[in-house]
Amino acid sequence: MTTIDRVVGAGVDRIDGPAKVRGTAPYAYEQDPGEPIAHLAVVQSTVNRGRVTRLDPARAEAMTGVLTVLTPDNAPRLAEGLASDLPVLQSLDVAYQGQVVAAVVAETSEIARAAVGAVLVEYAAEEPDVVLSADRQDLYAPEQVNAGFATDSIIGDVDQALGAAAVTVDATYETPTQHNNPIEMHTSMARWDGDSLTMWDANQGPHTIVNDLAKGFGLDRGQVRVISPYVGGAFGSKAFTHPNQMLAAMAARVVARTVVFELSRQQMFSLVGHRTPTIQRVRLGADADGRLTAISHEVVEHTARIMEFAEQTATPTRLMYAAENRRTTHRLARLDVPPPTIMRAPGETPGMFALESAMDELAAALGMDPIELRIRNEPAQDPERHVPWSSRHLVECLRTGAERFGWAGRDLRPRKRTEGRWLVGTGVASATYPTRRRRAQCRISVDGRGRYTVEIDGSDIGTGAWTALSQIAADALATDLGSIELHIGDSRLPRAGGAGGSTGLASWGSAIVLTARDLRRRLDDEYGGQLPADGVSVDGGVEGEGPHAKTHSMHAFGAHLVEVRVDQDTGEVRVPRATSVYDGGTIVNAKTARSQFLGGFSMGVSMALHEESLIDPRLGHYVNHDLAGYHVATNADIGELDISWLDEPDELANELGLKGIGEIGITGAAAAVANAYWHATGLRVRDLPITPDKYFRELDLA
Amino acid sequence: MREFRYEQAPDAAGAVALLAGAPGGAFLGGGTNLVDLMKLGVATPDVLVDVRELTSREITDLPDGGLRIGAGVPNADLAADRRVRERFPVLSQALLAGASGQLRNRATTGGNLLQRTRCGYFTDVTKPCNKRAPGSGCGALEGVHRNHAILGQTLEGPGTCVATHPSDMAVAMLAVDAVVRVLGPDGERAVPIAELHRLPGDDPSRDTTLRHGELITAIDLPALAFPSRYRKARERASFAFALVSVAAALRVEDGVVRDVRLALGGVAHKPWRVQAAEQALVGGPATEEAFAAAARAELDAATPLRDNRFKVPLARNLVVRTLLDLVEVSR
Repeated sequence: MTTIDRVVGAGVDRIDGPAKVRGTAPYAYEQDPGEPIAHLAVVQSTVNRGRVTRLDPARAEAMTGVLTVLTPDNAPRLAEGLASDLPVLQSLDVAYQGQVVAAVVAETSEIARAAVGAVLVEYAAEEPDVVLSADRQDLYAPEQVNAGFATDSIIGDVDQALGAAAVTVDATYETPTQHNNPIEMHTSMARWDGDSLTMWDANQGPHTIVNDLAKGFGLDRGQVRVISPYVGGAFGSKAFTHPNQMLAAMAARVVARTVVFELSRQQMFSLVGHRTPTIQRVRLGADADGRLTAISHEVVEHTARIMEFAEQTATPTRLMYAAENRRTTHRLARLDVPPPTIMRAPGETPGMFALESAMDELAAALGMDPIELRIRNEPAQDPERHVPWSSRHLVECLRTGAERFGWAGRDLRPRKRTEGRWLVGTGVASATYPTRRRRAQCRISVDGRGRYTVEIDGSDIGTGAWTALSQIAADALATDLGSIELHIGDSRLPRAGGAGGSTGLASWGSAIVLTARDLRRRLDDEYGGQLPADGVSVDGGVEGEGPHAKTHSMHAFGAHLVEVRVDQDTGEVRVPRATSVYDGGTIVNAKTARSQFLGGFSMGVSMALHEESLIDPRLGHYVNHDLAGYHVATNADIGELDISWLDEPDELANELGLKGIGEIGITGAAAAVANAYWHATGLRVRDLPITPDKYFRELDLA
Repeated sequence: MREFRYEQAPDAAGAVALLAGAPGGAFLGGGTNLVDLMKLGVATPDVLVDVRELTSREITDLPDGGLRIGAGVPNADLAADRRVRERFPVLSQALLAGASGQLRNRATTGGNLLQRTRCGYFTDVTKPCNKRAPGSGCGALEGVHRNHAILGQTLEGPGTCVATHPSDMAVAMLAVDAVVRVLGPDGERAVPIAELHRLPGDDPSRDTTLRHGELITAIDLPALAFPSRYRKARERASFAFALVSVAAALRVEDGVVRDVRLALGGVAHKPWRVQAAEQALVGGPATEEAFAAAARAELDAATPLRDNRFKVPLARNLVVRTLLDLVEVSR
């Protein structure tokens, strides 16, 4: 075999780009099952808790073009044991507003939606209980929090250390409910052939969906095929099965035709998850030199009445900084809200807002540069697991960022810089995200002419996985990109974990590297390094975490430095520029990686300044349930972003030395913005988002 | 969405006649607001009479130096028109501060004036709203109302409504005393824009004083011979409705205010002409103190809600800053 240049690291254009730009890449809604498609629309509960007392579909059933109306009376029975928002139409009980209480299947989506309004529903409802507070009497400690973390961690004597500290910070930070809102609405197209189910679906991992469909409909996994080659964003809302997949499959079975269900934007605020609001009390104690002696991070958040999802909000605090006395806790309230779920960097995103804001407050209390404060508290090893880092370059990120941003000479005092009517300030925060690897199987085949087929049930949810995995395969097979044919996004392919937890390239990429190695060994051993005329195929993969995961603490790190401008007349906030530097291990594709960092950071700015799902405390619904009411940052809100990375492979993390970069960009970003806001205005807004009304509130004018 | 009939007419008078015979019908302009409301079930017309080709898309000069804007002129064209930018910068700026490029291409001048509130209770048919479903109550009064009205609301009774008018363009037109030309079943009439939009009173279901079947055909802008400006405060830099906006025109001579026009957006059920402040300012000094006192005179009457008290100091600051900017421009 000839030696060629590595393509891992190069900024290769997206191989799926041309098809997406031309509109020829079929997303779930655009698939052609080869027969007329029936459309599904849902009747949703208008109350938060209670029971349906009357459900009369007669008027809807009588409408021309309506095929059937599914209700708890006539819907197919699903097997027990599903996650508890999945048994759709199995009972008349209502546990959250927006819950599906009936579904119309019709010849067109217009007819289906019109018929929804003709279904008569009455409820016996109780008052909604939807407001989270830290003094609720019903807060409880979950058995564990998301991703298998312990609920609490207690080391040393925090209270005593706080009492003895030279300087302390005690502040409570709040983040609101947020909704993921990928551009592609959740869509499921279901078709039955006998007892076999095919579903074209927007998700983060076809195998996950297969498991729930097989379980719910009493099928073998082999009888269910989920196909998802292209997915228009997800951010966690497509990680798990939601009611949409169950409904599409039910309806297709009943009408014996292909059925498609595309959620409306409004429905995405109740049926596919959200990020819990958080109330986080952070207490820091330090000596006069700024060395932390105590860190306490106590989190209150919500979950749904029918299903527990406990966001791991305080977990980054377990590893960011050194301190002898440490405490992190999570407490939940069960509210009458739709089930919360994963949203980009669950845990780190709200948690780092609180921790990194508190660090800024501590720096201010000490009269110390906030970068220097972080450097001074850099832990030599994982401060709670007491194992070494596989690699940790946070200090280098902070120092490189300071240089690129022009941090030196910054006045520590707030509200010292104005330009015209703008108050100008700068702020910093650290970023972190765990490095993990999941089980992944893979098959690589080569034909007699040197064309390689790589098959793995990975997902590209817009991240660039199509391209990055092809690059990894090309290098691992010592061939060029053009000789690789990649197949992903189909449950018929060798099983792999979904796109989530920033584990995609670590898991799928490692599986490809190891399987490629096997293939090349076989070619060498059995065929003398020559390609046999009828080709060879090899199966391989990784079992899960690598050998060093137990003995080392593995995390990506980063630093954000941000300039914020606040209009002193209006309280409007702008972010004209920011620098982010990442320690993300090997970067596989410089172009798509930059896009991930850029998107993550922008989402953090959006969180800092805009995003907030407003729930009506009496009527119990998310009032701003569309993109006109739920503001996300626009292009005009994002200024110049200077993004770079250290390019230090983590040799212990996985076969590629990469750390996973899909989520780290958002972590810490909101704190950097909030800290810069304080530096600009002298006002500390601790409850996101930082909207203009809070400027006047802090000035005591409103 | 409920089924509807789509009708075309040979001319504006024909469209008016068609709609006059269809009590549940509506005119269709750019459709950027109406079609959304139909999808949500908020608007349920049984007939749509398409007027997109029936009203003028021309902007013509009036003898006094003013402009006549055909009701069919797209918002984007109006904002870009050289005469508008030179003579009525306040209007061009207001248009460009609204919506998005795509919407401005589609939305018409007449339709922009008739936008309905974006109150989240109005647009959700499962929730109480006296504007959409008279007598059902006002969800926003005790609910989510950070971006609702601080002036002229109806705060109790069956007419309770705290919604705001969403248009930026209408605020600028109010400040320059635009006149709305209307064709109805009984012929033409001219409505000063200050009389077009109404407060909720005891009937928030009506946004304007137009009668069913009346069609806006044009908007006349009387000549404006002094500098003007639009300033909009919003929660993000683009594609967001105003928290508060101000349209202002100011004539200053020797440091004395000779003429001033002020209107606020985002504060009431209609674009809000700031008459008390105008009266207080004319003949007085063009100073920050005078501007602040005048703004206060108007905003003393504000009745903010639990979560929108910030709009009072925000409106005051916007008025003061915009007038000071105009003083700068006048130098």
